Amino acid sequence: MHVMSLDMFMQHFINALGLGSLYGLIAIGYTMVYGILRLINFAHGDIFMLGAYFVFFATVQYKLPWAVGVLAAILGATLCGILVDRVAYRPLRSAPRISALISAIGVSFFIENLSVVVFSGMPRPVVQPPLLMKAFSVGGIRLVPLALLVPVISFLLVAALMWLIYRTRPGLAMRSISHDIETTRLMGVSVDKIIALTFAIGSALAAVAGIMWALRYPRVEPFMGIVPGFKAFIAAVFGGIGSIPGAMLGGLSLGFVEIMSIAFFPSLSGYRDAFAFVLLIVILLVKPTGLMGEKLEDKI
Amino acid sequence: MKCAAQSSDKFRNGCLTLLSAAAFAALIWWAASSLDGYKLRIINLIAINAILGLSLNLIYGMTGMFSLGHAGFMAIGAYVSALLILSPEQKTTMWILKPITPLLLNIHAPFVVSLIAAGLAAAIFGCLIALPVLRLGGDYLGIATLGFSEIIRILITNLTPITNGSLGLKGIPAHTNIWMSYGCLAVVLVCVVRIMNSNFGNVLRAVRDDEIAARTMGIDTFRARVLAFTIGCFGGGLGGALMGNLITTIDPKMFMITQTYNLLMIVVVGGLGSITGSIVGAVVVTTMLEWLRIVENPVSIGGFEIPGIPGMRMVIFSLLLIVVIIFRREGIMGMREFSWSWFFRTGSRGTEGGGQG
Repeated sequence: MHVMSLDMFMQHFINALGLGSLYGLIAIGYTMVYGILRLINFAHGDIFMLGAYFVFFATVQYKLPWAVGVLAAILGATLCGILVDRVAYRPLRSAPRISALISAIGVSFFIENLSVVVFSGMPRPVVQPPLLMKAFSVGGIRLVPLALLVPVISFLLVAALMWLIYRTRPGLAMRSISHDIETTRLMGVSVDKIIALTFAIGSALAAVAGIMWALRYPRVEPFMGIVPGFKAFIAAVFGGIGSIPGAMLGGLSLGFVEIMSIAFFPSLSGYRDAFAFVLLIVILLVKPTGLMGEKLEDKI
Repeated sequence: MKCAAQSSDKFRNGCLTLLSAAAFAALIWWAASSLDGYKLRIINLIAINAILGLSLNLIYGMTGMFSLGHAGFMAIGAYVSALLILSPEQKTTMWILKPITPLLLNIHAPFVVSLIAAGLAAAIFGCLIALPVLRLGGDYLGIATLGFSEIIRILITNLTPITNGSLGLKGIPAHTNIWMSYGCLAVVLVCVVRIMNSNFGNVLRAVRDDEIAARTMGIDTFRARVLAFTIGCFGGGLGGALMGNLITTIDPKMFMITQTYNLLMIVVVGGLGSITGSIVGAVVVTTMLEWLRIVENPVSIGGFEIPGIPGMRMVIFSLLLIVVIIFRREGIMGMREFSWSWFFRTGSRGTEGGGQG
């Protein structure tokens, strides 16, 4: 085991906080869609990738100001998310769930390969805005503003989402659909619109995560969404699928497990991507509903 | 009268099965002696994909366990087989980063033994995974098996003294020939047909269609699921070993999730739960994947040069998967099977499993 100073530990702590909150932001999209449709939206990781690419094209390629670029990227990814639902999932609403799952795999595969064709498979470097990268030090810890901005923005967005879900009428409709889609339809709620809204919110959050990811690890490539996507889904399962605070908690847990185990045991670094899957299998065996999940009853 | 008609039908079907098997053997003999290497490779690949498709279909289509872990079991099979076949000299020169474990250095086995070992290794591993994971159902099972397949891949990448890490294994003798791959396919096909026509096959269908009802009838559904999963994993390992010996190089990147998607495509296009479907699916998907290489090469039509688009092949491929699942969910065969009585449209349509072509 690696012995480290408090300063080093704090550095890793902030690192883990950043990575964990990004996982959490992506996980929210998974957990919302799964909560409502019982569908693993495999394409979600690719929406995350599209968000990163859009901001790259807007700011690096077309030299738009960052604020405009970020908005355009969020908007673009959100539209893609809604489109995915409309084209690939809505026709399969009444089909067996496994069909929608295969469709989701197909869509994910499609977006990745289309991105290779359109954007080229070469990784591209992202130019970070200097303002976010100007290092300063607090009590011996060297920090860049970006490292603090990522968790702060993530937590603000989660707070806003919680307000939306628990305090507004569309939020009420979402919660209602997740309990019983048919009854909600009978109550006069336009279910398809609410589902589209769910995809829009999830995709927007994934796009924000993608943008911040592209700033933290400054490059974009067409397959960058696969591994974070899987890990975020695992985070959603770990936290309890269907629960938004659970998704955030799961994301943070995963971020801390990944960063801290490598910080303390550097020899394990080759196995970094396996931790998430080990965590998944452990939680599925010990507590399949996740940390904060409700029990999903099998309907007979 | 009816009895006599049935027995004469049975005799006719048996003759036809034997005849078509002989005709097929003649076809293989012709192909092996007159086709070029590229075509033979595709024909081999069809057989291997059919084996893999059948084994995934046994797990998913027939028993209803959504497994996304097949690439991992293929990897186990491919590595076990390669480690048994490679000569000690090859092994000493190949492990550059770290020396190979002495235990593995001198181990050596003929091809057929290595195939069986590959299948057994994958089956043992599959069984170990199945015991905890098959308690889950539906898409959780899919994600958990996917997780295991990724863990296997990461282990292979990191266990350099055993697997040569990310460099992979090169120079595996090309033992897989058309006789070998179609021989294996025939064995697998007979096994799967016999399983599905036995009482155990009925148990598997019952588990798929309604697990709770099956349990109420006194079926040990968990045992049936573990057994079916283990048999399916054997097929995965066997297919992986054949593929390694066909391509002659293997590395961990070969066994990514994309590999499982391709197999899923074969099973879905052919028809979930149909043995015939998996074979038809393997032929269609493998040929199509090769044929689609055209779009990546430049073509000239009437003097115009249309540049090839790299990556377009997989775009069309994934689009087809979506189109099939939205517009023709049951695939080409649905749950139907090929049988001679179905072929002649006599008797009931294809409910009795007859001789497979």
